[in-house]
Amino acid sequence: MRESPGLKPLFRAAAVILALVLTTLVLLATKSPPLAAYASIVRGAVGTWSVASDVVVAWVPLLLVTSGLLVTFTVGLWNIGIEGQITFGAVFATWALRSFQAPVLGGSLDPGLAIALAVLAGMAGGMLWAMLVGALKTFGGVNEIFGGLGLNYVATAVNLWLIFGPWKRPGVASMSGTVPFDRSLWLPTVTERSRFAPIAVALAVVGIAVVFVLIQGTYFGLRLKAVGKNPRAAYLLGIPTWQYTMVSFALCGLFAGLAGAVQVTAVYHRLIPSISSGYGYMGLMVSMLVNYSAAIAAPVALFFAALNVGSIQLPITLKLDSSLAGVLQGTLVLFVLLAEGARARLMKKGGSRP
Amino acid sequence: MLIELRDICKTFGPVRANAGISIEVAPASILGILGENGAGKSTLMKILSGFQEPDSGSIVLDGEAATIRSPADALARGIGMLHQDPLDFPPLKLVDDLILGSRGRLRPDRRRTAREFRELAARFDFDLDPEAYVDALTVGERQQLEILRLLWLGARALILDEPTTGISLPQKEKLFATIRRLASEGMTVLFVSHKLEDVESLCDRAVVLRQGLLAGSADPPFDTKRLVEMMFGKEVPQAPHLRIPGGGEVLSARGLCLDSLRLQIKGLDLSVKAGEVVGLAGMEGSGQAIFLASCAGLERAVAGSVRIEEREMTSRSHHDYKREGVAYLPAARLEEGLVPGLSLEEHFILAQGTRGLFIDRKAAEIEAESRIAAYNIKGRPDSMVESLSGGNQQRALLALLRDDLSLILVEHPTRGLDIESTIYIWSKLKERCAKGTAIVFISSDLDEILQYSDRVLVFFAGKVSPPIGAESLGVEELGRLIGGKGWESFEEAPRA
Repeated sequence: MRESPGLKPLFRAAAVILALVLTTLVLLATKSPPLAAYASIVRGAVGTWSVASDVVVAWVPLLLVTSGLLVTFTVGLWNIGIEGQITFGAVFATWALRSFQAPVLGGSLDPGLAIALAVLAGMAGGMLWAMLVGALKTFGGVNEIFGGLGLNYVATAVNLWLIFGPWKRPGVASMSGTVPFDRSLWLPTVTERSRFAPIAVALAVVGIAVVFVLIQGTYFGLRLKAVGKNPRAAYLLGIPTWQYTMVSFALCGLFAGLAGAVQVTAVYHRLIPSISSGYGYMGLMVSMLVNYSAAIAAPVALFFAALNVGSIQLPITLKLDSSLAGVLQGTLVLFVLLAEGARARLMKKGGSRP
Repeated sequence: MLIELRDICKTFGPVRANAGISIEVAPASILGILGENGAGKSTLMKILSGFQEPDSGSIVLDGEAATIRSPADALARGIGMLHQDPLDFPPLKLVDDLILGSRGRLRPDRRRTAREFRELAARFDFDLDPEAYVDALTVGERQQLEILRLLWLGARALILDEPTTGISLPQKEKLFATIRRLASEGMTVLFVSHKLEDVESLCDRAVVLRQGLLAGSADPPFDTKRLVEMMFGKEVPQAPHLRIPGGGEVLSARGLCLDSLRLQIKGLDLSVKAGEVVGLAGMEGSGQAIFLASCAGLERAVAGSVRIEEREMTSRSHHDYKREGVAYLPAARLEEGLVPGLSLEEHFILAQGTRGLFIDRKAAEIEAESRIAAYNIKGRPDSMVESLSGGNQQRALLALLRDDLSLILVEHPTRGLDIESTIYIWSKLKERCAKGTAIVFISSDLDEILQYSDRVLVFFAGKVSPPIGAESLGVEELGRLIGGKGWESFEEAPRA
């Protein structure tokens, strides 16, 4: 049955308006001026070249993570463990860079090659951590949500242990992370002080494009979809289902690890305690918002990144917490899902044909 | 209860499921409702039992207009429906199954309910223990439980939807006796079926639906030819039974022992030759399904061996069997066979296996169109499989099969399909046989077993008969075997 075409955008628009209304109500409840708050967010996101480039810097890991999550969502999996996979990507990349800086190898490796190897190590780290979740699910019967959540905590603990233990700064360990890498090992940025790394942006754009083509145009993608929608039928149609589950975890972990490696090599230039910065959970929200389709993931991720960066100034300008961006993002996702449900109910009104 | 349905209309998108149907059912009578799949029977019954609301038209009960919005509404007015798959709770005790459906008191009185349960069961001579668990019951017993539950809830009218599917002959006789008794005590019964003989032997009157309209009604003695004409508009010819001489051995099961939760099969031997059709008969859950699955590598045997075309396949995976040319078609088409949310074209692509990295959509569409035409599927390449009717889903499943198969294993090839689809499906299966593919199928339709099989295996609670030539078997004898009678003759006879 075909649905009427005009209805979908209408419901989407209603969802956005409702999210804005609810966020405004939250602002009013805290006696803050809503318009000033929104204006501050907009200014904070696109007011200057500097903040606009920060938006792109935040967009890169978010888009990478979303790309990976689209693969696991296609096969019907909730890869909550994405946060831990980002962290492990960062840990592996840091480990690689620290090794290349060590006296034994120090200086003997071309910096460009060193960075490339570190990024690859990060991808391997994320993949490893994701496949652990996959193995727990496939061979241990542990739901990927629980396995992933558990491993997130383990990853955080490992990260903290490294920062405060083996990799601590000379003298005193600190929440500010490990010793920054040598400048030659930073991913090149447009200017000295900027964190805008064109290579990272290119990686993110290529990543989402690859995922789009993979899911839309390849046998692999179609088979992933089949496994996601009906594993039993997929198996009877000749698709090795658990292998596909594992591969999708591996792919998602690879993207998450890449995001972690980018954070280490391009943004922070060291390992910090909150290296995943919640991009994993935000990626889950973006994936839900785009209804698991790669086509519009990039602009939506950019919008989320803009909200995040835009709200950074709120504490200064309006004495508001920057979590306002999270409120808006969360309500947006909730209302879009709600509107989708309401629309589906409306279409089916009167019951479906048996 | 006098039930009057007046001018009921119900449309689903472009489909007019009920286009103004008026029926009157007298109290204390059994009305048969006949019609092929998609004729509108189910919709009409769902409207009467509160699962769906009509677009227009009215329901009048004992001369009083009634609005029925939910199944609970219908039950409150005394209308109960026995669904084809009984709506019960397998992990619960029988008595709790009853309590669950009753209007809630805070603390249910289990002892009183159990006593009432026993009284009702004794009245109808049902051998049901209120303290037993639902999942230990056979399909027939679950029907009895459901009837008992509806009576307990005060039903004065009963709708039975295809109640004779999947139950044994003795169970059917018992069911019919119960229905007759209920009617004689004042119950209004609506008996929905596509089995002519059931309606002919049970009902006081029959109405026939066709394409959402009332095609006509008939009184006993029924004229079968006329009923068929009303159902289909013309008499449908039955496909002639072609016997294909057996070729080489395709499937060989030796001393197969299978163990599932509820039953065990010990030492099953079967040899199937190329082009042969073997029917597996039995009540549902008698072991035929796990045997069929074990021939496809979907169920591990405890002991014994399976060979496909002389190749040892015991304890190999289903995908290994697939490579050897074995196909398995599950009964639950949309749950196990097809992927809801994917189109026909995408199914054909999936079934082909991978050819490189990228899908050639253009070629896939052409391929899909030719398959759709070859299998006469009513749908387009971009039709989602869940939008197809049951018959077309089954055609799609057949269309997905490779051409060079050595063995097709089918669960209930024509369950829920109308006669025309049934004949079509079997003509396609027989085409395969002519090319040397062997077929092993499960069916609870005795006529189907006898009509299409070369040999028949009967299953009863894990016991398996030796293969019996279909031509030497009659419906009655087969029905008795399925019901567990007449097995003595096999006990001494050596297995084939």
